[in-house]
Amino acid sequence: MSAIIDKIFAYSSKFIAVSILLLVAWIFTVLLQHSLESMATSGFDFVTQTKWAPNLEKFGALPAIYGSVISTFLAMILAVPLAIGVAIYLSELAPAKLKGPVGVSIELLAAIPSVIYGMWGLFYFVPIIRDHVGGIGISMLTAGIVLSIMILPFMAAVTRDAMNTTPDILKESAYALGGTKWDVIKDVIIPYAKAGIIGSFILALGRAIGETMAVTFVMGNVHQISTDLTAPATSIPVTLANEFTEADSGLYYSSLFELSLLLLVISFTIISIAKFYFLRRARIGQ
Amino acid sequence: MTHTSKRILMNKIIMTLSTLSAIIGMGFLFWILGVLVINGVDALSWNIFSQEGAPPGYENSGLKHALIGQLFLIGIATLVGVPLGILAGTYLSEYGQKSALAETIRDISDIMMSAPSIVIGAFVYAIIVAPMGHFSGWAGSIALTIIMLPIILRTTDDMLNLVPSTLREAAFALGAPKYKVIIQVVYRGAKAGILTGVLLGVARVAGETAPLLFTSFNDNFLNTNMNEPMASLTVTMYNYATSPYEDWQKLGWAAAFILSMFILALNVLGRLFLLKKKGK
Repeated sequence: MSAIIDKIFAYSSKFIAVSILLLVAWIFTVLLQHSLESMATSGFDFVTQTKWAPNLEKFGALPAIYGSVISTFLAMILAVPLAIGVAIYLSELAPAKLKGPVGVSIELLAAIPSVIYGMWGLFYFVPIIRDHVGGIGISMLTAGIVLSIMILPFMAAVTRDAMNTTPDILKESAYALGGTKWDVIKDVIIPYAKAGIIGSFILALGRAIGETMAVTFVMGNVHQISTDLTAPATSIPVTLANEFTEADSGLYYSSLFELSLLLLVISFTIISIAKFYFLRRARIGQ
Repeated sequence: MTHTSKRILMNKIIMTLSTLSAIIGMGFLFWILGVLVINGVDALSWNIFSQEGAPPGYENSGLKHALIGQLFLIGIATLVGVPLGILAGTYLSEYGQKSALAETIRDISDIMMSAPSIVIGAFVYAIIVAPMGHFSGWAGSIALTIIMLPIILRTTDDMLNLVPSTLREAAFALGAPKYKVIIQVVYRGAKAGILTGVLLGVARVAGETAPLLFTSFNDNFLNTNMNEPMASLTVTMYNYATSPYEDWQKLGWAAAFILSMFILALNVLGRLFLLKKKGK
């Protein structure tokens, strides 16, 4: 009797575990299937055309792709130095009494839902940009900044974890040779934890590019490519969030599904690079 | 300037810069928390919990519909996602171990954890909302379940791995079949860890908005029928905050406050369980 239960337990757990893989394959298949119409109609124009006009059945996704790239890029150049600073502070500088509480509060802030960051951005940050930088406040720049603040806690926490993998004995040897804290950081910690640190940045990049709610509030969903950062813009997730419930034709839906597929492929690629290339090697280094 | 004094100066500059960036980073984050608490507490009232949504300008409006809708959406996602996730995690740790299949499942789950949640919404829209012809609470719950699964699976896997193999061997030596060893020995040893994983998983999906936008959609009134569109705190917050009406925006802040406190409480609770375990 128990031999049968044993088999049932083993096979059902295996079945469910394997179905995770099937689920992911299913997600890709469904998105691909629904994108076929758009792929057949728009072809490569989908990613090279700048005109997104659903009423004319014209779907050029370049502005959304451009917006995703630029807003994520802005977020990264703002967040990376801050995250490194916070991580250095947490792993090397903070007094023991502060290390714990500050570290935990950074981790808790990473748990706050992104919709809250978006709401804060809309009510408190948009007016600041409007009054002091220019434009209407709803802009690419605002989106980049809000995004950078949203990914900061996550990035700082994983960067700190990567730095903390450096064995104390290596650091102590460097200090014993008369190294300053900065010497130890740049010549011992960073070389040792390099792969982990870069991996965590790329992981944060993967998250940022798929982030929807933090930017939807402040980006404006305007399909245009503008070199003016204070102009409203759109990104792939922002377009999806705003237009999915409005789509009224088969081709419109299909174009949105192609955007979803594109986003999934991009973030899968970025996260895989982080995971397989950098973080795996980091693990071996430990 | 000598080489040494240059190095000391450089050290001072970098240390000041990183302290400064820690202050700037923490400043922004506490600004957000402060705004959330001030606006949230200001907007809280008994009406929030006892009244449903109302057109802008009505005095008696609240979030009862969104609170109950949110409980339904998360509740069902938890009921489905937790057992499935734990069972799959059990396979990885107890059966699959280091096999290629188990490693692949681990890698894919890790990637899924960081994949954009709005894409899951699009997927569920295609397989459930479009064939059914309307938005529904079920669709929302399923989207949340898909997001929750990899989180529960990976934490269960990690936590079961921490149970010493000698415990398993002792139970096997007594003649217990594998499923009994897993349920009565391994699960017991990893109880606190699994519970932490569940709490963090629930906290994670509770804050999801994007996958609900076009699955469970929204409803301004109380609805407990999972076959109908259903309100959630997050989507309600989004709709109210982007509306031009001040009383709706206020309700949005109340929703933001309640949701964040709920999520922070789950996170703190999860950490406490882990700490308690470490303390033993």
